[in-house]
Amino acid sequence: MNAPLVDIRDLTIRFTGERTVYAVNGVSLSLGEGEVLGLLGESGSGKSVTMRALMRLLPKKRTVISGSVSVAGQDVLAMDDATLSAFRGRTVSMIFQEPALALDPVYTIGQQIAESVKRHEGASDAAARARALEMLELVRIPSAKRRLDAYPHEMSGGMRQRAMIALALACKPKILLADEPTTALDATVQIQILLLLRELQREMGMSVIFVTHDIGVAIEICDKVAVMYAGQIVETGTLGEIVRTPQHPYPQGLLASTVHGARRGARLQTIPGTPPSLDAAPAACSFAPRCAHAQQRCTERLPPDVVLAPGRTVRCVLAEDSVAVS
Amino acid sequence: MSATDAALQAAPGQKARGYWATVGRRFSRDKVSMVCAAVLLAIVLAAIFAPWLGLADPYQGSMVRRLRHIGTPNYPLGTDELGRDMLSRLIYGGRLSLLIGILPVVLAFGIGTSLGLLAGYLGGAVNTVIMRTIDVFYAFPSVLLAIAISGVLGAGVVNSIVSLTIVFVPQITRVAESVTTSVRNLDFVDAARASGAGAITIMRVHMLGNVLGPIFVYATGLISVSMILASGLSFLGLGTKPPEPEWGLMLNTLRTAIYVNPGVAALPGVMIFAVSICFNMLSDGLRSAMDIRN
Repeated sequence: MNAPLVDIRDLTIRFTGERTVYAVNGVSLSLGEGEVLGLLGESGSGKSVTMRALMRLLPKKRTVISGSVSVAGQDVLAMDDATLSAFRGRTVSMIFQEPALALDPVYTIGQQIAESVKRHEGASDAAARARALEMLELVRIPSAKRRLDAYPHEMSGGMRQRAMIALALACKPKILLADEPTTALDATVQIQILLLLRELQREMGMSVIFVTHDIGVAIEICDKVAVMYAGQIVETGTLGEIVRTPQHPYPQGLLASTVHGARRGARLQTIPGTPPSLDAAPAACSFAPRCAHAQQRCTERLPPDVVLAPGRTVRCVLAEDSVAVS
Repeated sequence: MSATDAALQAAPGQKARGYWATVGRRFSRDKVSMVCAAVLLAIVLAAIFAPWLGLADPYQGSMVRRLRHIGTPNYPLGTDELGRDMLSRLIYGGRLSLLIGILPVVLAFGIGTSLGLLAGYLGGAVNTVIMRTIDVFYAFPSVLLAIAISGVLGAGVVNSIVSLTIVFVPQITRVAESVTTSVRNLDFVDAARASGAGAITIMRVHMLGNVLGPIFVYATGLISVSMILASGLSFLGLGTKPPEPEWGLMLNTLRTAIYVNPGVAALPGVMIFAVSICFNMLSDGLRSAMDIRN
C-alpha cells in the first residue's frame, strides 16, 4: 500500500493562556488519495482544531502542538512561512462553515478567486480571470460571467458557499478540508452542496476531510468515518461499519439518537450528561461518566486503541474483551 | 436571487464596477453632499486663484475707511478694523485656514492608519507598545494638547500643523486599531491564510481594503475639528501672525469691533462655520455611500 496522503500521528494540541485547554489528545488519522473521510463529533470535540492544525492555522503563541502531521510526504509542523504559503491553497485548501464571513466583503468573487490563482501559479490577470470564470461554471453558479463581478453580499447563502468552494478549488488542491460547510445552509441547499462536493471530489480525484456533527450529512458524502469525543478519536471505520455496527458506546448512542431508522411514535434515545471539560489531559476514558456500560477499569486508566481490522479501530475496553474472546 | 439576476441581465453592456466606482456613483446621487461639495469647491478654488480674481490688496489698510458696513459700495463685505477689504481678506484667508485645516488630518491619516493597522493585526507586544503610547496623548483634551505643543514649539504656521497632526494621530490610530481588530478575527482572513496569503498580502489587501472606509469617514469629520482648533490657536496668538489673513486670527482682531460693527466681526466665524459644516455633511454622505450593502 502506498504511503497515505495525510498521516497524522499522535497529535496533541493544547491551548495555553489563562486556562489550559486540552483540545486534542493523541489523534491519529490517515487518508489515502481520493478518499473522503468524515470527522464526526459534537461541538468542542476537537474536529475543527484538528483541521486547523493540518494547515497550521492555529495561533502560534498560544498553542502547543506535539505529534506529527505529514501531508503528501511533507512535514507540516516543520514548515517555514514561505513553504507554508505555497502549501496552503495549493496542496490543501479549506472551506468554512459560514460563507458570509469567509469571503472578503469589499472584493468581488472574481477578484478573490483570481488573487489566489495569481499568487500560486503566477498567472496573468486575464488568465486568472478566465480561471475564476471556469471555476464558477464548475460549481454551477448560474450566469457565472456576471457573478464574477458580484460582491458576496449580492449572493444568497447557497451561492456564496458555491463561490467559496470555487475559491478553495481554484488551484486544484490535492486535499480539501471542509469545516461544516453545510451547517449554515437550509436543508434543500445543504443536499445540493453535498452532491456538488461529492461530484467535484470524484471528478478531480481529490481527498476530502469533511467535518460535521450531523450523521445524516456524513452518510451522504463519506467513505470512511472517524468519530471524535473530547479530543480523541473513539472509533474509526468505513461508513457502513460505523453506521451498521458501531462498537463504541458513544457512536452507538449518537446513532440511536437520530430520527433515521427510529420507530414511529417511540421516543428518541439521548446520551445522558454533557461532554467533559478539557482542563486536564485525559487519564481515563472520557466517555465513562456518560456511558451505560462503564466499569471500574474505565475510570482507572486510558482505554486502549483496539484494532479490529485494518482501518478499523475502537478505543474502548469492551472491544478489547471481544477481541480477546475471539 | 432572481431579482439580482434580472438586474444583472438588464445591464448587459455595463462594465465591471470596482468598489470605489460604486461608492462614487452613490455619493453623487446624494443632494446634500453635492451642495456641500460645490460650496467647498468654490471656497477652495477662490482661495487657490485669489491673486487672479482682481481683488483689493488684503494688506492695504486705510485709516479713514475703517469698519465699513457690509454692502458699502466698493466694499461688498465691508472693511476690518484697519480699513482692509474684508472680501479680499476672507478669500485670501481661506488659503491658510484650509491648509492648516486639511494638512494635519491628511498627515495624521497616513501615520494613524499605519500605526493602527500594525497594532491591530500584529497584536501582542506591538499592540501594547503602540496603543499605550497613544493613550498617553489621548489622556489630554485635544484643545489643551494642541495649545501645549504649539506653546512648546512656538508660534507659526508649520508648528501649528505639526501640533495638530500630533493631536489627531492618536484618534485615528484608535479607530484604525479597533476596526482592524474586529476585521482580523473574521473568517475571511483565515480563509485568505488558508489559501496561502502571507501576512503582508493580508494586511495590504484584506485589512486595508476593509479598514480604509471607516477611517476615511472618521478623518473627513476631523477636518472641521482641525479648522476650529487651528482658528483657536491663531486666536490665542499661537498660530499665524498678523497681518497674515487667517480666519481664526481675523476673528480675534475683529473681536474689539463687535459693538461697532457686529456684522463684519462675525464674517470670519461664518466662514469657519460654513466650511466645518460642509465637511461634516460630506463625511456623513460618504459614510452612507460606502455602506454599499443597503
